Amino acid sequence: MADVSLKQVRKSYGNVEVIKGVDIEIEDGEFVVFVGPSGCGKSTLLRMIAGLEDITSGTLEIGGRVVNDVQPKDRGIAMVFQTYAIFPHMSVRENVAFGLTIAGASKEEKDRKALEAARILQMEHLLDRRPSQLSGGQRQRVAIGRAIVRDPEVFLFDEPLSNLDAALRMDMRMEIGKLHKHLSATMVYVTHDQVEAMTLADKIVVLRDGIVQQIGAPMDLYHNPANLFVAGFIGSPAMNFMDVEVLDQSADGVTVKAPALDPVKLPGVGEAFTANSKAKLGIRPQYLSVAPDTHAGALHGKVALVERLGTETVVNVELTRGGRIVAALAEDRPLELGTDIALGFDPGQAHLFNETNT
Amino acid sequence: MASKLTTSNRTGWLFALPAVGLIALFIIVPFFLAFGFSLTNQRLISPNPTEYVGFENYESLLGLAVITLEPERDDGGNILRDEEGQPEYPRVRTITRSDDYPQYRGMREWFRWQSGDNARVVIAGDVIFMKALVNTLTFVFVVAPVQGGLALCLALLINQKLRGINVFRTVFFMPVVVSIVVVSLLWRFIYDGNDGLLNNILQGLTFGLFEPVDWLGNTDTALGSIIAMSIWQAVGFHMVIWLSGLQTISPTLYEAAEIEGASKWQAFRYVTWPGLRNTAVLVLIVITMQSFAVFAQVDVMTNGGPLDSTQTLVFQAVERGYGKQDISGGSTISVILFLVVLAISLLQRYLTREKA
Repeated sequence: MADVSLKQVRKSYGNVEVIKGVDIEIEDGEFVVFVGPSGCGKSTLLRMIAGLEDITSGTLEIGGRVVNDVQPKDRGIAMVFQTYAIFPHMSVRENVAFGLTIAGASKEEKDRKALEAARILQMEHLLDRRPSQLSGGQRQRVAIGRAIVRDPEVFLFDEPLSNLDAALRMDMRMEIGKLHKHLSATMVYVTHDQVEAMTLADKIVVLRDGIVQQIGAPMDLYHNPANLFVAGFIGSPAMNFMDVEVLDQSADGVTVKAPALDPVKLPGVGEAFTANSKAKLGIRPQYLSVAPDTHAGALHGKVALVERLGTETVVNVELTRGGRIVAALAEDRPLELGTDIALGFDPGQAHLFNETNT
Repeated sequence: MASKLTTSNRTGWLFALPAVGLIALFIIVPFFLAFGFSLTNQRLISPNPTEYVGFENYESLLGLAVITLEPERDDGGNILRDEEGQPEYPRVRTITRSDDYPQYRGMREWFRWQSGDNARVVIAGDVIFMKALVNTLTFVFVVAPVQGGLALCLALLINQKLRGINVFRTVFFMPVVVSIVVVSLLWRFIYDGNDGLLNNILQGLTFGLFEPVDWLGNTDTALGSIIAMSIWQAVGFHMVIWLSGLQTISPTLYEAAEIEGASKWQAFRYVTWPGLRNTAVLVLIVITMQSFAVFAQVDVMTNGGPLDSTQTLVFQAVERGYGKQDISGGSTISVILFLVVLAISLLQRYLTREKA
């Protein structure tokens, strides 16, 4: 088992820098998820840890050893790819034991280790099948089995569930979570799916344009996003943002107002704000609720779109005084389009961001 | 939008008509005519009416027998020997022209070997056809693996991201674009016995020790020379097919193999080669078919000579059908060639089938 440490890691393709100085410390046995939108460099970063991409500058350590110029096979890693990358002409058994075949292991050892891995993944009955006879989920199991057989210090997952359908994705997500507990190995996992990130990770790394935006535990990121980007990226539906004006700043909070919002005091918001400056107010849709018309600080508007999901109802509201806001109401509510609605929120759960702090 | 033009079946057939008509006229109809002619004594131009002769053409082409010749003995039973001490044998024509052996009538000696004191002689109804058959099979069995293998090596070499790699792709592919007749003419100069390029190069490399060879005028080297030139000419075509096969293999598979610690050779053995399976079947079958049809090189470079050492089946079919105006003989060779190619293709299909 090993920890992984990235120090000022950079990657350029010609003149284009895609990873712009990344520092990440991954502790032994930790499950770390890299999230970010397409093209943020999360896969590139993972491939650099794997050794499939060169590191332009900076150092990468695995288990205390600098591995910048070490071959992938000698880094003590195993990787699971989005497209599974299992060999179509080999049986499941041969696929799982491929690394051992390469290393010239005996047949007994190969069979024993393949069976062991298959048992962990509950796929003993698949060992003699060909990949073409397997479903997507089963194929990904084979790829994970191949990684387990390598007995690596660090598991790398590159969007392993993106090619699976929704139901299967949830099953496999749980499998991977169980696997992490069972093997207690260090795991680095890349995804653009925040549900995977939130449910699996001990620590999430949010990336954007090759720069780390925030590193922290999932709930830490959810409740205390460092900037607008993280706030907007984590959580679904995405956080509502509203341009506001800071009226007053005092020890017990900041008072803000907006065209659509009467002045409201936000307790517990930092001192980084000064009176008469512009800021952005962030309210998660889950923290909006239907309020009585008379509620102070209520947002008034008309229902523009309703998505009824059974457990919750996502309402898109056109505000009377300009702007739109999305609310996720905690139960099923049959709302008519165009009806008047007033939404209230708990100021203690709202976030305030500097204009510069994007 | 689907207009009437693109949805109408009749329009489709109308557009296909010229191509279908030409293919029918020049490929499908002659194919069946060949079967018909091979059972007759049809000639290109003849005052006599065509007659049905059954399988006589096939019998005279494929007739093959082994006869044993005992050495000539004197009255005391001793073997008669010539000046070099070799036993003397009766001439083959004493048998093939004898009324005692009507079944051997008209056959000629193909080759012979020694068996104790006796000589065993293989006689054939048509020695030239037999030589053509053996030459063609030799050509196929050398060209198919060598050309296929060489093409794969080239494809692996040029399947890299290097500056100017397209120059190499073009150079390797160029001979394919040039007409085989032109290539054959050029190579006749290269192979020339007096002042050919090949002899000059070999002499230069060995500082004049190399004795010039008349590559196309020597029975030992003529077929080999044609084989070498044929491999060179079409290797680029198969290189491109291999290349397309190589590019269908997912790069992720190579990355997975790299992480597992596979060497270059192991990556080829476990990823590339299995991934090329279908391409390999295609390349092998295409080369085999093309090789069986070898004609232009022979026609331009040697005319089947010297001493029939470069005769091939297609060359013989053309030579007989048009040179000797023996349409039925040419048709018969064509039909036999078709059956041989069919049999070999089916065998290849069977040997390279997907093993479930």
